[in-house]
Amino acid sequence: MSFELLMLAAADGFSYAGLLFLVSLGLTLIFGVQGILNVAHGSLYAFGGYTAATLAIWAAEKQAPTWVLLAALVLAALVVGVILGGILEIGLLRRVQDKDPVLQLLVTFAAFLIFEDLQRLIWGVSPYSSTEVVSRLGNFDIFGITYTAYQLLLIPAVAFGVYLGLLFALRRTRLGKQIIAVTHHREVATALGINARKIGLIAFIMGAFLGALGGALAAPTTSLVPGVGTDMIVLSFSVVATAGLGQITGALITALLIGLARSVAVYTVPELEVAVPYLIMVAVLLVRPNGLFTVAQARRI
Amino acid sequence: MDALIRTEGLSLSFGGVVAADNIDFRLDVGERLAVIGQNGAGKTTFINICTGFLKPTRGRVWFDGKDVTGMEPRHIVRFGLGRSFQLPQLFLDHTVRQCLEISAAARQGRLSFFKPLAQSVNRREIEHTLELVSLRERGSELASSLPEGQRKLLDVAMALMLNPKLLIMDEPTSGVASEDKHDLMATLMRALDERKVTSWFVEHDVDIVSRYATRVAAWIAGKVAADGPPAEVLASAAVRREILGTA
Amino acid sequence: MARLFDIRILTIAGSLLCLILGLAFPWSKTPIIVGLCFGIATLGVAAMVRAGQVSFGHAMYACIAGYTVAFLARAWPQLDGLLLILAGVGASLFAGAIVGVFVVRYRGIFFGMLNLAISMVLYSVIGKFYAITGGTDGLRINRPTLLGIEFERAGFETVLLVGTLLAAIGLGILVQRYFQSASGEALAGIKTNETRLEYLGLSARRVLWDGYLFSAGLVGLSGALFALVQGLVTPDIGSWLRSGEFVFIAILGGSGHAIGAFLGAAVFELVKLFAAAYMTGIWQMLLGITLIVVILVAPEGIVGLLMKKSALATPRRKSPWGTRREENKWTP
Ligand SMILES: Nc1ncnc2c1ncn2[C@@H]1O[C@H](COP(=O)(O)OP(=O)(O)OP(=O)(O)O)[C@@H](O)[C@H]1O
Ligand SMILES: [Mg+2]
Repeated sequence: MSFELLMLAAADGFSYAGLLFLVSLGLTLIFGVQGILNVAHGSLYAFGGYTAATLAIWAAEKQAPTWVLLAALVLAALVVGVILGGILEIGLLRRVQDKDPVLQLLVTFAAFLIFEDLQRLIWGVSPYSSTEVVSRLGNFDIFGITYTAYQLLLIPAVAFGVYLGLLFALRRTRLGKQIIAVTHHREVATALGINARKIGLIAFIMGAFLGALGGALAAPTTSLVPGVGTDMIVLSFSVVATAGLGQITGALITALLIGLARSVAVYTVPELEVAVPYLIMVAVLLVRPNGLFTVAQARRI
Repeated sequence: MDALIRTEGLSLSFGGVVAADNIDFRLDVGERLAVIGQNGAGKTTFINICTGFLKPTRGRVWFDGKDVTGMEPRHIVRFGLGRSFQLPQLFLDHTVRQCLEISAAARQGRLSFFKPLAQSVNRREIEHTLELVSLRERGSELASSLPEGQRKLLDVAMALMLNPKLLIMDEPTSGVASEDKHDLMATLMRALDERKVTSWFVEHDVDIVSRYATRVAAWIAGKVAADGPPAEVLASAAVRREILGTA
Repeated sequence: MARLFDIRILTIAGSLLCLILGLAFPWSKTPIIVGLCFGIATLGVAAMVRAGQVSFGHAMYACIAGYTVAFLARAWPQLDGLLLILAGVGASLFAGAIVGVFVVRYRGIFFGMLNLAISMVLYSVIGKFYAITGGTDGLRINRPTLLGIEFERAGFETVLLVGTLLAAIGLGILVQRYFQSASGEALAGIKTNETRLEYLGLSARRVLWDGYLFSAGLVGLSGALFALVQGLVTPDIGSWLRSGEFVFIAILGGSGHAIGAFLGAAVFELVKLFAAAYMTGIWQMLLGITLIVVILVAPEGIVGLLMKKSALATPRRKSPWGTRREENKWTP
């Protein structure tokens, strides 16, 4: 592998890790607060992507300025996060809150099945993409390779910004502290007068927004096809599981690891591209069953 | 006397809390030990370490002459140790009778694959044990339908079903109505005598302790503060001050 | 005994219906065999559900068995169909034994998603190695002999129909016996209390591994039969959607009794035929909506409803989902 290829792989992986991190962050946040692994999270990614592409194509046709194109991506994620996230949480998850965890998992799986077809009905099966904003932001040279600023600067910057913002919000704001309280001890938090339902809804919508944002930011650089949601849910799960459920900083590091490993595979053993993230997860879980960054706790009997 | 269980320098802390502080302890065959101590003194933790549920940071445990330090509970259980829990650990989706049948089947070592459970165990023995803990009428009901007191009994019965050499019971009478406690203990002790099982139970009720134990050990802050005949231990100054609150 | 009697009648009636339909309308043979295959696979998935675990990747065992059949049949065309099936089951058992050692260490979400991840690796690898696997076009399988006899297409299908039906009945009985054996009841104990299992001297992982091996073999058998009746294997046989369909049928039919797998599969096949005719393109949506309705309205599935209806039957379990695993979260 030449140095240039290595740099290309690194750039690909870095950018991809940004997207992966955003989606995984949403998944892990929802898990932390609600105790539910939302299988439909992949659909939020897909819907975010398709909605963003639709908006961006429309805006590009109208010759909108670059900032409008970028705003359209975020707007798409917001719309999807609030509407679909709200529907999922209020319409479905609340109804199974006291049921067996397996049934909760299955309900989100059912939602995923529904969303998959819905997405096909709305956007069809032919590939969808809008690359206008990428070409507007232009390319730049680094270490002998040329890469798009959108992928190498914007996406990682957004991902890192979201990471810092979330950490700050969780530690310093009232809402953030309430979220943490509910995460650690739902009953105690409720006893302290925190409206755990409301916090759950807010956190769910935040998580849904992050999933959709990942899709929206991916839209200008990939072509969306049916099935992207499936790949993304399993991939983001492997990030979250490798890091340890509920681990935010862990998810950042793991997303980087998996993103980079995957793009190195793309350039060296393309047959294994899909398998690499899972191989990493399996390897980690063999050694640390709770993930890299979780400290195991004994159950009290 | 042979030591059935013996520990040396057993220690474990949770964060800052020292739950087991360098404990040397032994229990001989035929004894009936009552363990007393305030909430959080480390009684359950000590049982958890001895039975392999928790690993000590320091020290060793021998059961029936074998070093079992760091072993999984299932291996120690196979050497002849039975345990009931402070929070009953039942198969809540199974019937009361099935819970005992699973215990009886487990005792045989290999679980059969195609023989119905009820036919792979000794029917009479199951009914006898159900009778013993007065659960015969509820045998066909789900374990989840039992009130707390009866769950405790079923929990003990499941451990008893293994025919252990040593039975450890973590607060067998908590959750049982106070007027029934004595009946329950009397029955349990009769069953244990009948089977020649050495026993060790955690208990808060002084009456019960002095009536049914042959020896009492008092736990204070992760240490065995007093250990000996019931009358002696219950009268000791530290126990009266720290545990009974009568001094 | 009254309940057993009901189930016997149900089994006999269902079997006769399969035979009569299959012989009267030859086009229906394939869907009936496929339905039975789904039922057999679901028997395996239902065993996992009884242990409180759902796997989103079990179709990988159908895939392994199906491709084993295809590879062998192409390499040695003279091999008998029965041998091919046995080899397919053997391969899935072998894979299940190895994967099982790893996945039985996990519960809940981890169990479900790890199975999914492993199946997705298999799926993508099969799709990528075109030269060996035929990629997404799959591999054709020529009709093999059955018990040494060569059959025309119609005869072959009839023999497969009868054979699959017999296998389904036999396995249904066998699996039900397993559910009620010491091992099967301990498996159900994994759902409610692993701590107790350990303190009975049992290894929860071992108990789950036994069940996992069963389930892999059953799904494998369904895959081998499926490959033979279709005369073709494609990676779709091991897709996540197929795994999801097995879980769907297990929940729909209910895991309270082995017959639930076949009741669920029957309803599933009917809905599929209906959807293929009148509602193309929203199959998954239909599945999703039905799943939600079943979970909210009848979480014990069809079997649960039947048991409730027949006053004579005393349900052995209040509900497979009635009691939450108390304080026993899914932590692996
Ligand atoms: N798994 C654990 N993680 C953290 N701390 C623990 C754990 N188990 C026990 N502790 C702590 O160790 C100390 C001893 O607890 P333990 O349960 O052994 O007390 P106990 O004597 O059985 O009390 P009780 O009478 O309430 O049952 C307590 O301070 C408890 O909070
Ligand atoms: Mg205690």
